[in-house]
Amino acid sequence: MPMLTEFGKIFIFLLTAILFVVVAVVAAKLIRPSRPTREKLLTYECGENTEGTPWVKFNIRFYVVALIFLIFDVEVVLLIPWAMVYQSFGFSGYIVGVIFLLLLGLGMAYEWRKGDLEWERPKIVPPVLAEKMNLEKPDQLTPKEISI
Amino acid sequence: MIYDFLLKLTGSEIAAGFIQSLLPLFVFILPFALIAVLLERKVSAHMQDRLGPMRVGYHGIFQTVADILKLMQKEDIVTDNSDKALFNIAPVLVFTGSYAAFAAIPFSGAFIGSNIDLGLFFIVAVSGLVVAGILMAGWASNNKYTLLGAMRSAAQVISYEIPTILVIITIVMITGTLNLYTLSELQTGHFWNWMIFGGPSTGLIKVAFIPFMIIGFVIIYISTLAEVNRTPFDIPEAESELVSGYHTEYSGMKFAMFFLAEYANMFAVSAIVAAVFFGGYQSPFGYLGNSLGISWFIPIEQFFWFTFKGIFFVLVQMWLRWTLPRLRVDQLMALCWKYLIPIAFVNLLIVGLITVL
Repeated sequence: MPMLTEFGKIFIFLLTAILFVVVAVVAAKLIRPSRPTREKLLTYECGENTEGTPWVKFNIRFYVVALIFLIFDVEVVLLIPWAMVYQSFGFSGYIVGVIFLLLLGLGMAYEWRKGDLEWERPKIVPPVLAEKMNLEKPDQLTPKEISI
Repeated sequence: MIYDFLLKLTGSEIAAGFIQSLLPLFVFILPFALIAVLLERKVSAHMQDRLGPMRVGYHGIFQTVADILKLMQKEDIVTDNSDKALFNIAPVLVFTGSYAAFAAIPFSGAFIGSNIDLGLFFIVAVSGLVVAGILMAGWASNNKYTLLGAMRSAAQVISYEIPTILVIITIVMITGTLNLYTLSELQTGHFWNWMIFGGPSTGLIKVAFIPFMIIGFVIIYISTLAEVNRTPFDIPEAESELVSGYHTEYSGMKFAMFFLAEYANMFAVSAIVAAVFFGGYQSPFGYLGNSLGISWFIPIEQFFWFTFKGIFFVLVQMWLRWTLPRLRVDQLMALCWKYLIPIAFVNLLIVGLITVL
């Protein structure tokens, strides 16, 4: 007899969920009417005629959020094994985690300072060093508007 | 365990696994969705001094049944401009993602779909499927409202996943387990053994944990609320601006699947919050079965407590929905990245310090 592992049970759960949706949609297809007309098959836009395509260039903020999320998510995945075992290493185990988290915090502070956490960035933050060394006047940097 | 019973009954592991994977769906989620949809309409109505549905049955108790009958007969429209393959796959992905979470949630001491050691981690990971499904639905509909809704929803769900995981790590640091079954068993006994009251630890450490546990609970509750796109974090589905977000173009049974997934998700996050902080299926005070000496009664009591806690948190979600106004998108992101995540970080470090001292 084959042994069903715990992950095998999860696989069956996934199959059940897929089957349920497919069966429900197919069963409804047998009952429901299907009388498409041209108006029904138009894209919904509050009664107006559809203007252009929605598949356009999108706000860059979403990309930045996804990027920051990716970094955090990977670090969090690394943190979970640490959280399981650090107590057996005592105080030094804790310090290792703190150093890791501080590095993460440093990156986050940088993003915050650069304004990547703001949804709308009104102007570019000039580098502090350049300001001090008078390399470039902050007002000479042209602020770029980001359109939504 | 119910699985062992089914195994004896059917004699086949695959059949037993299949039957047990149907149990949460038909015994729990469908009845829950029936009740919760009606409850939501009734709660909202009474909060606004209205009556809500009154016509179907006594005080409208059969309203949802009528709605389902109606949804089954509705024409299923797939617009000409949509990407048809992705449009049809999206509801499957969204429902699978939210249903798979139930595989690792213990419903009572006698029933857990799959007793994996990675429980919480699995739930967090598999909820990523929902994001993919939502993006797929929004993109494939080829509609400006759906695409906007899907992008907002994806950005929101992934952002709020981080505070959730950070709080979960805090719990893992104390208990040393990701298995929700073990976690619930740890919190057995009385309500002062729940994680929110410091968990099974004793003495001064237990008292020291309490404030940080409460902070952790507030963070995880807010962020799970945002993960299921409920008000005040419902900008992905903001009815007044985006029609209804990513499922604007869906109708008939596919829309019903999105709706069901949404309610399943609502319960799933409530159950996770309950399991992590409020003892899961454990009773706040001893069991009747123990004092009467009927051991088979205990799992039924546990199931009752699990449902009670889950529905309580769902009710709080509804309460918040009709109390708070919707957040703006920049406020939403600021709340997550500038408040919840730093607070969760500091909370994690302090809890870690307490455990090693």
